[in-house]
Amino acid sequence: MSDELIARVIGVIVKTQHLAPESVTIDSSFEQLKIDSLDGINILFALESEFDVDIPDDAARQIRSVREMAEGIEKLLAAKQSA
Amino acid sequence: MTRRVAVTGIGVISAAGRTRQALWDALKSGTSAIRPMVLVPPGSVRFPNGAEVPGYDASLEFEPKEADLLDRFSQFALLAAREAVSDSGLEFDAALKESAAIVTGSCVGGKSTEDESFRGLYALNNTRFSPLSIPKVMANAGASRISLEYGITGPVYTVSTACSSANHAIGQAFWMVRNGTAEVAIAGGSEAPFSLGMLKAWEAMRVVSPDTCRPFSKDRRGLILGEGAAMLVLEPMERARARGAHIWGELAGFGMSSDARHITQPSAAGAARAMRATLIDAAVAPEAVGYINAHGTGTTMNDPTEIEAIRAIFNTDKLLISSTKSIHGHTLGAAGAIEAAAALFALHEGIVPPTANFTEPDPACDVDAVPNVARTLQVEYALSNSFAFGGLNAVLLFKKS
Repeated sequence: MSDELIARVIGVIVKTQHLAPESVTIDSSFEQLKIDSLDGINILFALESEFDVDIPDDAARQIRSVREMAEGIEKLLAAKQSA
Repeated sequence: MTRRVAVTGIGVISAAGRTRQALWDALKSGTSAIRPMVLVPPGSVRFPNGAEVPGYDASLEFEPKEADLLDRFSQFALLAAREAVSDSGLEFDAALKESAAIVTGSCVGGKSTEDESFRGLYALNNTRFSPLSIPKVMANAGASRISLEYGITGPVYTVSTACSSANHAIGQAFWMVRNGTAEVAIAGGSEAPFSLGMLKAWEAMRVVSPDTCRPFSKDRRGLILGEGAAMLVLEPMERARARGAHIWGELAGFGMSSDARHITQPSAAGAARAMRATLIDAAVAPEAVGYINAHGTGTTMNDPTEIEAIRAIFNTDKLLISSTKSIHGHTLGAAGAIEAAAALFALHEGIVPPTANFTEPDPACDVDAVPNVARTLQVEYALSNSFAFGGLNAVLLFKKS
């Protein structure tokens, strides 16, 4: 994963959750950040706009951490490029 | 004054069809009425299926002028009320008109009308709205139209508590009839949420299944939205018996609670408190309940939470728990009313409706969910659960008559 992609994902989380930028790292879990299921889908919604991708519901259900979110986005971007 | 309350009329319009009998047939045969949606363009939302009223044509039901004045959700409310009142055989004379109540539930009101008007404004650059917009969109339009139909001038209002709306409405009407505030009542719920704007909002919630609704199944993938209405006629048991009315069952208890925990995540504690309150209201022991028509949306979170709540009160070894949302979809503000009809069907016919589309048991929902095939069983009491977004819970208890 590129640092740029990680920074953009963290940026979206910080913005939608109104968090201090230094409080979110690639290793933060949703539990640590107090992100619940409604926050989670709200972040995914913002990520879809940021990266112009569609995140499928089934994939969305599995995501529990910032890293999983960034990895998911990376996969979707790769799929989009090869399409 | 405390009176026993009988259900003497039932009217239903649902994905199963235009009548109560159509729902009965689907419940008995376990036929799911979930199909590809036709009310919105294919591909416009992630999920292709819904539980729409099949082949509904307002022009066959209403005079053109009347059809223009009523949003689809009010049309459903009126059609269900007409079937229920006709079924009850009640005649509204001058005294009864004044003492009757109407309480309806609706989650979103006239969304189709609203969506169409806003599209005109934002997309088509229309500068004017139809003057019928407001009277069509208001959530009480169905209740008001039923009041006009029968000249009912007693307490008439609408309750909006998302997916618990109809249970709250029926419960309030029940209490009014029980304590003598109203002599009889027409109560239920109606909903018509198949507008593109509404569906896009549901899509964003990521709780709608991409295929079908499989409550309590291990491979469940979410709820399926539905539309329709159901209305019940409630009247004092003595009055019903005195006039020789057909009695579908008795409405024995109503209870409600608020989770006060999270705006969308369900809470087992809150759900359990509503069920317990209902049993206390009816002065009935948990052991007397033989069937629960579950809220059972088929979402990852609802189903195990609901089972946990049920287990906190009931011995589930001797209990049948099915979700008929697998048959008629999740009709939001109409859900409690259509499911009340299903619970009354179970008591009256001695047939417990199944959970359709069931594939594989989920250890987290390890109960007898009556998979796919209806069960012949005489049940004394049936409970019907509704738990809403916003953490608002409403539960009804019905007794066999």
